[in-house]
Amino acid sequence: METQKNETGPMVRVSINGREYSVPQGSTMVQAMWYTGHEVIHGIGCLGGVCGACATVYRMEGDFRLRNALACQTLVAEGMSFSMLDSYPIQRAHYDVAALTDPKEELFTFYPESATCRNCNACTEVCPQGIDVRDAVWRANFGDFKAVADLTMSCVMCGLCVSRCIAEMAPHEIALYARRAYGAKELPFPPNLRQRLDEIHSGAFSGELKRLEGLSSAELKKECEVKS
Amino acid sequence: MAELVDSFYQSVPSFDESQPPALSPEERSRLLAAFYPDYRPEGKATLKVGANKGMVVPQELANILESRSRIPAPRSLPDQPDHDVDILVIGGGGAGITAALFASMEGRSVLLATKLRVGDSNTVMAEGGIQAALGEGDSPVEHFRDTFRGGHGENDAALLSVLVGEGPEMVEWLVSRGILFDRDMQGGLSLRKGGGTSRPRLISAKDYTGLELVRVLKEDLMNAPVEILEFSPAVELVSGPDGSCAGAVLYDLDSRKNVYVKARTVILSTGGAGRLHLGGFATSNHFGATADGLTMAYRMGLPLVHPESFQFHPTGVIFPSEMAGMLITEAVRGAGARMYNRHGRRFVNELETRDVVASAIIRECAEGRGVETPSGDRGVFLDLVAIDRDSGEGTVAKRFPNIVKLMNRHHVDPTKRPILVYPTLHYQNGGVKADARTRTSIFGLLVAGEVSGGLHGTNRLMGNSLLELFVFGRRAALEAVALSRDRPTFSWKETTLSHIDRFESELAKALPTQDLPIAPVLFPDYRRKDA
Repeated sequence: METQKNETGPMVRVSINGREYSVPQGSTMVQAMWYTGHEVIHGIGCLGGVCGACATVYRMEGDFRLRNALACQTLVAEGMSFSMLDSYPIQRAHYDVAALTDPKEELFTFYPESATCRNCNACTEVCPQGIDVRDAVWRANFGDFKAVADLTMSCVMCGLCVSRCIAEMAPHEIALYARRAYGAKELPFPPNLRQRLDEIHSGAFSGELKRLEGLSSAELKKECEVKS
Repeated sequence: MAELVDSFYQSVPSFDESQPPALSPEERSRLLAAFYPDYRPEGKATLKVGANKGMVVPQELANILESRSRIPAPRSLPDQPDHDVDILVIGGGGAGITAALFASMEGRSVLLATKLRVGDSNTVMAEGGIQAALGEGDSPVEHFRDTFRGGHGENDAALLSVLVGEGPEMVEWLVSRGILFDRDMQGGLSLRKGGGTSRPRLISAKDYTGLELVRVLKEDLMNAPVEILEFSPAVELVSGPDGSCAGAVLYDLDSRKNVYVKARTVILSTGGAGRLHLGGFATSNHFGATADGLTMAYRMGLPLVHPESFQFHPTGVIFPSEMAGMLITEAVRGAGARMYNRHGRRFVNELETRDVVASAIIRECAEGRGVETPSGDRGVFLDLVAIDRDSGEGTVAKRFPNIVKLMNRHHVDPTKRPILVYPTLHYQNGGVKADARTRTSIFGLLVAGEVSGGLHGTNRLMGNSLLELFVFGRRAALEAVALSRDRPTFSWKETTLSHIDRFESELAKALPTQDLPIAPVLFPDYRRKDA
């Protein structure tokens, strides 16, 4: 992911932040920025497609449509123009998930704008993860938080959906709220975890752990069958 | 690029599913000694200065330990600090977020400073899961034994006992915050198998485990009474009375100015070292993983435990080349994925510990049984197709949606094509030495997470690093709360950067002729040199 490409292979013409460059084919957008000498700090996080730092807007030559992508995951192509959206301003709700009493109603306290979706589907079309964002917002409004969780598990919180929403809501934050409320308030506490916690609290393992801790290194290796 | 990928996949051999050769303990040791990078003599240096003087470590690590400060001599501190807090948390990954959250609940003033955004860390990238001994017939004691065996018996038993004993309580905390772990038919947490473990013990959120953890805990942190400074990596610790730690110097990446923080307690949770590219290996780590915490702590005189030990995760993508280093979680092997060399033969049990599997892959490639890529790299095939065949069509898509999504973007559908892999630099097994209360030998300085050492011995088992972040992140917070309450008041006038002067004069004596690098390096520089 990090190595720079050499110039022996084919090159493509791209425009980065409005300036034209020639960069090696097969580079990601971020690699193209490095190749052309950009120091990228805002806009890089994991370089693995999960942190959502590198939301980017681009357009192809001869096509009026604006497209969006994650810059660390997207290869450049001939005639591509792109700019990174380092951060998109959003308003986030202040709440404590443990203190929710009626999460489905409280959604409209924290995010009243979620009810103003105009069904334009722009959020779904823009999502680099392929999430049906519009559907998730509607499911949240109808209180089907399990469906929201199933639909949005792959959300990387890049905020591109916010950038296109004509109702100016933050669908990724609304989905986060719905997922958390579902996990903390709707799902029953896992019985296998409950049982193990009860055993731990009754001290079932503390004696044996203390004994292991007290052994010499050689005794412990023998006891744990350390092989190499 | 699709054509390049298609032409590469035209020459995949047919796969022979016969069992791979079993390894005796002696063969395992010989395999590690011959091929695992930790045990190879090349690319190593002997430390000449500091608490680990005389130890042999990777050259790239020696370069940042035996380095000069970013703050040039003569060094002085301003009359007043920019921030004066009870607790300074350095690092915004899993350990730092957890520490700041728990510390903020106790009414102390907390400042969290981090290099990029909160959550930009190795934590967010974790795919596979967290180990928690919840199964029938399993227990924290079995978890202890497996981890100690996997770590070659080099683990600190006191730290390990805390990890396995408190782990389930931290999982309870995570569930209570609304983290959506996968569930089984009874509503319990689904348990999966990882390498080197005797029981299924991994709990996960599909293959988005780290992302799910960070999304949720970051929201809690943003809503907690914690002051947050992003794009502000620490570049030095500050010395206080009697050789204690009394704060840190941060570097604001946007204003390019130093920011001075006085703190009654400092929690160092700066993470790992992958972006140093030890031995030229690709890495699965995030952009800021440059071992800054090791540099700062070593300069202050702190010893490192197992600084020579790193985890090269067996299965990093090596083709298509723009994905090099990206991890394919070990959970796919737990689910039945198999590995094949260029002759289509299996060559190692896929569920050996990570170091053994990585060594076997390096051996295959070194001895001419690797598969060559168009750019001249070598790797072996990791075949997920068997998972769908064994467990039903759609299993891969359901359990590993992230891998399917990422690979498909690059024209490799892992439900149809095997993924070409080679070991990738993944984790720093060792780190700053600390006790079970996260205390270092410097008063006022605590450590938590990947920057700390001892817990994992010389080979970490899958799922223990995420668990460590929460168990020891919380412990660091509780210790910091008590310490910052009980520590005698001191003034900013008593603070200095004298430990840097002292370290650099030792460097000048030991390495007088060398032009030493400056560290922390903060980021790798991948820009074309003549751009």
